[in-house]
Amino acid sequence: MTEVSVAKEEVAATGDLVVLKSVNKHFGALHVLQDVDLTIARGEVVVVIGPSGSGKSTLCRTVNRLETIDAGTITIDGRPLPQEGKELARLRADVGMVFQSFNLFAHKTVLENVMLGQIKVRKADRKQAEVKARALLDRVGVGTQADKYPAQLSGGQQQRVAIARALAMDPKVMLFDEPTSALDPEMINEVLEVMQQLARDGMTMIVVTHEMGFARSAANRVVFMADGRIVEQATPDQFFSNPSSDRAKDFLSKILHH
Amino acid sequence: MSSPYATHPEARENVFDFLQGYDVLGAFWTTVKLTVFSAVGSLVWGTLLAAMRVSPVPLMRGFGTAYVNIVRNIPLTVIIIFTSLGLADIFGVTLGASDFKVQGFRLAVLGLSAYTAAFVCEAIRSGINTVPVGQAEAARAIGLNFSQTLRLIVLPQAFRAVIGPLANVLIALTKNTTVAAAISVAEAAALMKTMIENEAQTLSIGAVFAFGFVVLTLPTGLLLGRLAKRLAVKR
Repeated sequence: MTEVSVAKEEVAATGDLVVLKSVNKHFGALHVLQDVDLTIARGEVVVVIGPSGSGKSTLCRTVNRLETIDAGTITIDGRPLPQEGKELARLRADVGMVFQSFNLFAHKTVLENVMLGQIKVRKADRKQAEVKARALLDRVGVGTQADKYPAQLSGGQQQRVAIARALAMDPKVMLFDEPTSALDPEMINEVLEVMQQLARDGMTMIVVTHEMGFARSAANRVVFMADGRIVEQATPDQFFSNPSSDRAKDFLSKILHH
Repeated sequence: MSSPYATHPEARENVFDFLQGYDVLGAFWTTVKLTVFSAVGSLVWGTLLAAMRVSPVPLMRGFGTAYVNIVRNIPLTVIIIFTSLGLADIFGVTLGASDFKVQGFRLAVLGLSAYTAAFVCEAIRSGINTVPVGQAEAARAIGLNFSQTLRLIVLPQAFRAVIGPLANVLIALTKNTTVAAAISVAEAAALMKTMIENEAQTLSIGAVFAFGFVVLTLPTGLLLGRLAKRLAVKR
C-alpha cells in the first residue's frame, strides 16, 4: 500500500498537477461542460476566459468539487477527486479557492478568518496560526486591518484577505473564480497585483477572469471557452494577437475595441 | 364614604391579605425553573433537529421533518399528560425521581422541551436560510467538513439572525409551563387555581398572576431584542 502511494507521489511531483479528462456536466437540460480536457502543470498559471455562460466558472468549481461532475475524471496531484467526506475535505484544504463575492466569514474578524482553517483543518496551535496569519495579511497589504470585521473593509481589501485565507492552508493550487468582477474599478489593481506576485512566486493558478491585462502579463497559457467547450488554448501573445478560432476572434473583437 | 376597614383596622390590614398563607413566590420560582430547564433542553434538541433537517443524510432529514411536523401539531396538554400517564405510568419512565413531585417536574420539563424543540428547530432553520450559500462554500473550500461548517460558520450566523424569533418561542414557553399544572406540578397556574377555589377575590388573584407572568416575560423580550441588535452580523 505505502509503496504504491509513494510511487504515485514521485510520478506526480514531476508531472501534471491538475488533470481533467473528458469532463461532462449538465444543469438540467443545459450541457454546461462538454468533454472538457485540461491539464495544468505544476507552477503554471492558466487563465480561463470566455463569454458569460460558457462554463468557465463551473469548470473552476469542479476542480475542488464544489460542483459535481456527471462524467469524466479529475485528478489532483495524481489522485482522483474523492467522494464527499473526510478525504474530500482533506483535498479541498490543498486547493485554495477565491470567490467572486469574497465570502469572508462575516461573524469573524479578518485575523480569525485567516486562522480558522489552520487551527481546525491543519491542527496548528493558535500562536503559530496567528503569526502566520499576520504575516500573510502583511503580504497582501492588509496587516493593519487584522482586527476588523469583513463588512468594515473595502471590496479590494476583503478579496485580499480572502487570498490570504486561502494561502494560509499552503495550497498546491489556487483557483480564482472571477476574483475582480465584484470590485469597483479602482480596487481591481490592488487585487491583481497580489495575484501577479503569487504567479511570480511560482504558485500554480487557475484564474477565471475578464481582466485581459492580467492574462497578458501573468498567464503562461490562455484557455478560451465557449458554450461549455474549450475552443482554443494558446500562449497569451499568440491568443491575443493571432487567435485561431472564429469564436475567439469574435469574442476578442467585442472586448478589445474600446 | 369612609372605608369599612377604617374602624376595624385589625380586620383587614391591606388589600393583598388574600395572598396570606399561599407561597406565590415559591410557585413562580417553580415556573422559572420549568422555563429555564425546558429552554435549555429545547434549545439543544431543537438545534440538533435543525442540523438534521439540513444534513446531507436523507434518513436524518426525514426524521427531523417527521418529528417537527408531528410534534408541533399535537396540543401541548396531550404531550404533557402523555409524559405522566404514558411514559411514567405505563412504560415506567421515572427519570430517576424517587418522589412524585420531582417526577412530575422532570416529566414536565421533558414534555415542554420535546414540544418547544420543534419550534426552536424551525426558527433556527429559517436562520440558516439567511446565511448566504457562499459562507458554507468558503468553509468547505478551506477543508472544513459538514459538521465543522455547520458549527463554526453557519449556525453562529443563523443564531444571531433568529434571536428575535427565539425570544418569541421563549416567551411562549414561559406561558406554556402553566400546562404542567395538568400533571400536578406546583407552578404558578396550579396555585392560582387553588386560590381561586378558596378565596373570594377572583379578579385580584387573576391580576396578580397575570402581572407575575408579565414580569417574567417582558424583560426576556426586551433583553433579547437588544441582544439581537447588538449581535446582528453585518454584511
